[in-house]
Amino acid sequence: MNNQPRLTLHIPEPPARPGDHPDFGGMKLPKAGETMRPDVDAAEPTMRDMPFGLIRVLDDGHHAVGPWDPHLEADVLHQGLRAMMLTRAFDDRLFRAHRQGKTSFYMKSTGEEAIAVAQSLMLDARDMCFPTYRVLGWLMARHYPLLDLVNQIFSNAGDPLRGRQLPILYSARAYGFYSISGNLGSRFGHAVGWAMASAYKGDDRIALAYVGEGTTAEGGFHEALTFASVYRAPVILCVTNNQWAISSFSGIAGANETTFAAKALAYGIPGLRVDGNDFLAVWAATQWAAERARLNLGATLIELFTYRASGHSTADDPAKYRPADEALQWPLGDPIERLKEHLIARGEWDEERHAALQSALEDEVRAAVRAGEAIGTLGKSKPELGSMFEDVFKEPDWRVIEQRREMGV
Amino acid sequence: MPVMNMVQALNNALDEKLGADPDVLIFGEDVGYFGGVFRVTDGLQAKHGLTRCFDTPIAEGGIIATAIGMGAYGLRPVVEIQFADYILPAFDQLVSEAARLRYRSNGEFWAPLTVRTPYGGGIFGGQTHSQSPEAIFTHVVGLKTVVPSNPYDAKGLLIAAIEDDDPVIMLEPKRIYNGPFDGHHDRPLKTWAGHPKAEVPTGLYRVPLGKAAVVREGRAVTVLAYGTMVHVALAGIDEAGVDAELLDLRSLVPLDIEAITASVRKTGRCVILHEASRFGGFGGELSALVQERCFDHLKAPIERVAGWDTPYPHAFEWDYFPGPARLVTALRRVMEY
Repeated sequence: MNNQPRLTLHIPEPPARPGDHPDFGGMKLPKAGETMRPDVDAAEPTMRDMPFGLIRVLDDGHHAVGPWDPHLEADVLHQGLRAMMLTRAFDDRLFRAHRQGKTSFYMKSTGEEAIAVAQSLMLDARDMCFPTYRVLGWLMARHYPLLDLVNQIFSNAGDPLRGRQLPILYSARAYGFYSISGNLGSRFGHAVGWAMASAYKGDDRIALAYVGEGTTAEGGFHEALTFASVYRAPVILCVTNNQWAISSFSGIAGANETTFAAKALAYGIPGLRVDGNDFLAVWAATQWAAERARLNLGATLIELFTYRASGHSTADDPAKYRPADEALQWPLGDPIERLKEHLIARGEWDEERHAALQSALEDEVRAAVRAGEAIGTLGKSKPELGSMFEDVFKEPDWRVIEQRREMGV
Repeated sequence: MPVMNMVQALNNALDEKLGADPDVLIFGEDVGYFGGVFRVTDGLQAKHGLTRCFDTPIAEGGIIATAIGMGAYGLRPVVEIQFADYILPAFDQLVSEAARLRYRSNGEFWAPLTVRTPYGGGIFGGQTHSQSPEAIFTHVVGLKTVVPSNPYDAKGLLIAAIEDDDPVIMLEPKRIYNGPFDGHHDRPLKTWAGHPKAEVPTGLYRVPLGKAAVVREGRAVTVLAYGTMVHVALAGIDEAGVDAELLDLRSLVPLDIEAITASVRKTGRCVILHEASRFGGFGGELSALVQERCFDHLKAPIERVAGWDTPYPHAFEWDYFPGPARLVTALRRVMEY
């Protein structure tokens, strides 16, 4: 016998489950304005505490404070607010459309709208975003036609992807929006390759990519970071830490041991941790990383700290694995409410105008959904059947030619 | 005309494409300064510059992912996976991304990458340096898979692959990099010198993807083979003394179905030879296609000669390798049926 303890296997558990009170007591939140802002051309070793801070601009009184305040014109904030509200209105309407049997699947970005909207507005039209399925705000900020979204979700005759993809796995090259795939994290490396190509050609375009915190466990995440670091690729690599990967809390991805921004430390690239519900903070951090990339100083990893206020998709019920009111207790609030209150505090907005905008956006969404329904909901209208055999290759080989003939299309 | 072995022919193809097209670039493990473990990229970095031919981290999934992103931008990357046995970490990238990008984006994005990878046994590589994984790629819609059997085709197929707008996997039979090999492992090594297909023209030329070559004309039986097995087939046909027609498929996807059916309809018999394990191998697809399209012409069951359904065993390399003796047995069986 020896005196050593027996080994025990550790399985992380979230602080609260259904029926418990939401518990965010263990969360250390620096105050707005508290986390420092390194010069964009500072050497990475001088900023190794950044992954443990939290870049916040909006304080509890809804004022922009501190070194990360991007000093944005009210016009930009209005654009951002509109795109965020449109994203939420669209999500709510299309989620209902799924419940009404009009499509097979839907995923909302509720609570995370500030991230994609701020980054889409901040970056240039010619930059490229490598999205996840929860960044609809990117397209909304760039005025992608709502009817095209609806048609894609209905897989109908107007679907810009001709019925080939699950709802919301969009592709929109003209809007700087790369094709989404259902496999997690497999495009993180594409963003690095795209950025390396831009550098190879002496271009000035940069790439931005997203994964969720759960996907940081995938090998492809680490491979992409390795390549981005080694070749100093002009890319912004974002981890949207929304606390939940379907039903698995962020501790299953390692959140109890360190921050996701801190993954950057091992690769020698800057790791910023940002309040993802603070439009101004997301803008400022993205601007910092973009300037750094365009200065040939390479990649930045940004953890966007947020909360997935809805379920993962139409296929899960979050009340089965987390407290039902957890989203309402999220200490960093709601991104739309916070930007609205900031504009009001600046004297640039009021409740009346907000309500009018909300109503106008709902009308806009309703009109788009009606137009999509007029073409047809899922199964009521389809793209031309023969198109199923196109684009397997640039030119069809004899297999698809014969099989198309066999189907008589 | 210059005489080249397969390594030199591949190197020459890459050299000429780098010179002709600034959007072509090469990367992979050890391909830069050193020139690759099989020397295929020897001298290319020194001649064309650091950014045209460079080393990568040891991450096959990362290599393919990077190449797909570059392809989406508009470049034509050519990547090397050091051994085909090492390609499996990149499988998701090839199957879920490279092969599907054009289709799922309705043609908005595509991945014109070329993946070169040495494959096959006969070099005492054991089970992790000897495999023939072609069938796991031919099954994937959206990928093209080609296999040269000689220096002339190696250069022409590689140039065609690089210029192709879809992802192409080029499996390079490493046993015949430096000389043809007929499967008689106990005989002296041959070089490519004197082989007609070792005469490799300078300048860009293409061997089109999807065109088989008739290596030997015959009337009694059709033998379908590719890569190293083309040379094994020639030896086996010779030793069996049959009037066989030998097709070198060269391209598995797209497949030259017309050449195959024309030959089998003429001969009425078909033997398929590949080094990969038999069950679920590409020979199964070939056999099914021949049966579907040539049934009325067949005078004997289709035979498959292939690697056994075991891993590639180091000590029993030559017992596993489907050499000419096994082909002779199969040829005699179909002729005596």
